[in-house]
Amino acid sequence: MQAVIQATMDFLKLYWAPLLCGLVIVAVLPLIVGYIVLVERKLMADMQARLGPMRVGPHGLLQPIADAVKLLIKEDIIPDNADKLVFWLAPVLSVGAALLSIAGLAIGPAFQIAKDINIGILFVVGVSAMGIFGIVLGGWASNSHYSLMGSLRSSAQLVSYETAAGMALVSGLLLTGTLNVRAIVEAQSINKEGIWFVMLAPVAFFIYLVASIAETNRAPFDLPEAESELVAGYMTEFSGFRWSLYFLAEYTNMIVVSSVATTLFLGGWLRPFAGVHFFNFLDYVPPLLMIGVAGYCLLRTPKQPSRVQQLFMLAVAGLCLAVALVLLAPVALPIAKPFYAGIHGGFWFILKVSAYIYFFMWLRFTIPRYRFDQLMRLGWQFLIPLSIVNVLVVGVALIVGSYFNLHGWSMLLVTTPAAIIALVVALMILAAGQQSSAGKENAPASDFYAG
Amino acid sequence: MLDKVLFYIFAGLAITSAALMVTRRNAVHSAIFLVTALLATAGIFLQLRAEFLFIVQIILYVGGIMVLFIFVIMLVNLDVALQQIQFARQKWVALIVALALSAQFGLMLWSSEKIPGQGIPVLAAPPASELPPNSEAVARSLFGTYLLAFEIASVLLLVAMIGAVVMAKKEK
Amino acid sequence: MLPIGHYLFLSAALFIIGVIGVITRRNVIVILMSIELILNAVNINLVAFSRLYGDVAGQVVALFIIADAAAEAAVGLGIIIAFFRNRETVLADEMDLLKW
Repeated sequence: MQAVIQATMDFLKLYWAPLLCGLVIVAVLPLIVGYIVLVERKLMADMQARLGPMRVGPHGLLQPIADAVKLLIKEDIIPDNADKLVFWLAPVLSVGAALLSIAGLAIGPAFQIAKDINIGILFVVGVSAMGIFGIVLGGWASNSHYSLMGSLRSSAQLVSYETAAGMALVSGLLLTGTLNVRAIVEAQSINKEGIWFVMLAPVAFFIYLVASIAETNRAPFDLPEAESELVAGYMTEFSGFRWSLYFLAEYTNMIVVSSVATTLFLGGWLRPFAGVHFFNFLDYVPPLLMIGVAGYCLLRTPKQPSRVQQLFMLAVAGLCLAVALVLLAPVALPIAKPFYAGIHGGFWFILKVSAYIYFFMWLRFTIPRYRFDQLMRLGWQFLIPLSIVNVLVVGVALIVGSYFNLHGWSMLLVTTPAAIIALVVALMILAAGQQSSAGKENAPASDFYAG
Repeated sequence: MLDKVLFYIFAGLAITSAALMVTRRNAVHSAIFLVTALLATAGIFLQLRAEFLFIVQIILYVGGIMVLFIFVIMLVNLDVALQQIQFARQKWVALIVALALSAQFGLMLWSSEKIPGQGIPVLAAPPASELPPNSEAVARSLFGTYLLAFEIASVLLLVAMIGAVVMAKKEK
Repeated sequence: MLPIGHYLFLSAALFIIGVIGVITRRNVIVILMSIELILNAVNINLVAFSRLYGDVAGQVVALFIIADAAAEAAVGLGIIIAFFRNRETVLADEMDLLKW
């Protein structure tokens, strides 16, 4: 007994930090996801020339909390003849896989939950791929035809685009030589290459962008969960809290996929031109940005209709000013210099992830949905061949580059021709696809999936 | 100490899931228990410091092969299958044969210390801190010593892919 | 690392459970899944010895076994689907087309 207690204390002494981080993330992430949904609704409203949620709280800012309360108090309906164990298990699998993959991410050089995993990026990609089970089992456990077909379609889509996403990541990983997340970002800093990999492998970034939209079931690839198609697909029979688990899993997957793209292609937590002395003025951009936002809030305060909203705007302005001061400290005060990497790194990382997610949302409101056979054709006949060709040309470019001892920005000399070759191949595949589809214009959609 | 606890947790999970897997009536339940058994095996790989194999097991086996199995189970799932006899006619003979096999295994494991020159080596494993980074070591070995086997495996996968597509095609 | 006997015992137990599954069940898909279990038992064995000797070759061979299991599962399931389309059954007892 004594040995067990001693062993537990040793374990806690070693691993208290990751455990605490994990608990905090599991507690806080649903709230963050709720606010991402609010941002999406406001963006959607803005792009559709309306206002979005405005009633609950000032400017609709308490809407996520109202939604959460509503989902929690809803009646839990389980369909007749549904397999109760699997029905309970399916959303848990989805959410578990999504939350577990967050453990492999690195927000700053010292902000890692699981430090220095040898297989970093592969861990994140692999564990988030386990979410497919939640979808497949959810559709099957609902004991309904629509759900089953929606889940089969969705998982077929996920599996197809996973290959393309993996090969795109491989082309990016060729440039680093390691899977460790921290080492990948450090390879993009001034110590190694000093250039973001999106410039060295733009085709890979594009393929990963498209594949990640399909991986998270977002528009225009959201046929399996579109309301006009299969009545929300595999999520049809799940109500209340179970549905919110699936929803949480989807937005967490979005965050994870954006973080992977940011880490590998967009330079992680590095500021643009990190370490280059000439561009040190960019260090002042984060605090100036926050001061700008605070100024905008202050300007809009007199125009608010009611007292409560004016006070609220002032509070937001005050918050932004506080954040600006925190961001200014490591740059202006010499005492706070060691915190520069952590604070500014966190800011740049969150900014890049937000830009990526903003792009997801922007696409959702702009492009119409793909039909399922078009979706599968895009994945198998365009993205996978293109990603394989891209791996080949980037590999050849790297060999040529290392023969001439090129590093950093001079690598662009070899990788730009490689990207051009990959683009030419892409256009050739597209042209060949156009020709063959012009030949058989009236081909029926693949009959298995049409049901 | 942590090593021991992790091993016993994963080993218990693996054996329990495997035993449950071969005894379920519903094929989807069997598949779920096989997924749990595979995840426990991946945990054993991680406990043995084989990190690359851990993640390959999760991506390929759990995320690929088991999804394929569940697809096919859903395609061929007949409700009448749930009421049919579950075990084959030869189940008692089969159990006796399995018992004989396990007796052989047990004898081997038990006699390794008794009979000199036979059985399990009593080497000491190198401590975990002296192991080289796992992915790099596997990659060096895979593309160095075992390059031919790697190429043959890729041809095998190509053949299997073509074979599976041809098999599952509908006759027009 | 624990003494190697632990890992060998685990591997043997999974192997025997897999063998029982293969020779006892009627559903062909469960038989295939038991074969996957057998392959996993072998993998545990290989990786345990690879750790004992500090040689990474065991893990590389285990990697090949996983690739091979994927290929075999794909082809086996293709055969099952083709057979199911013909005969509407997945029970091993009833797949007796070649019997006299």
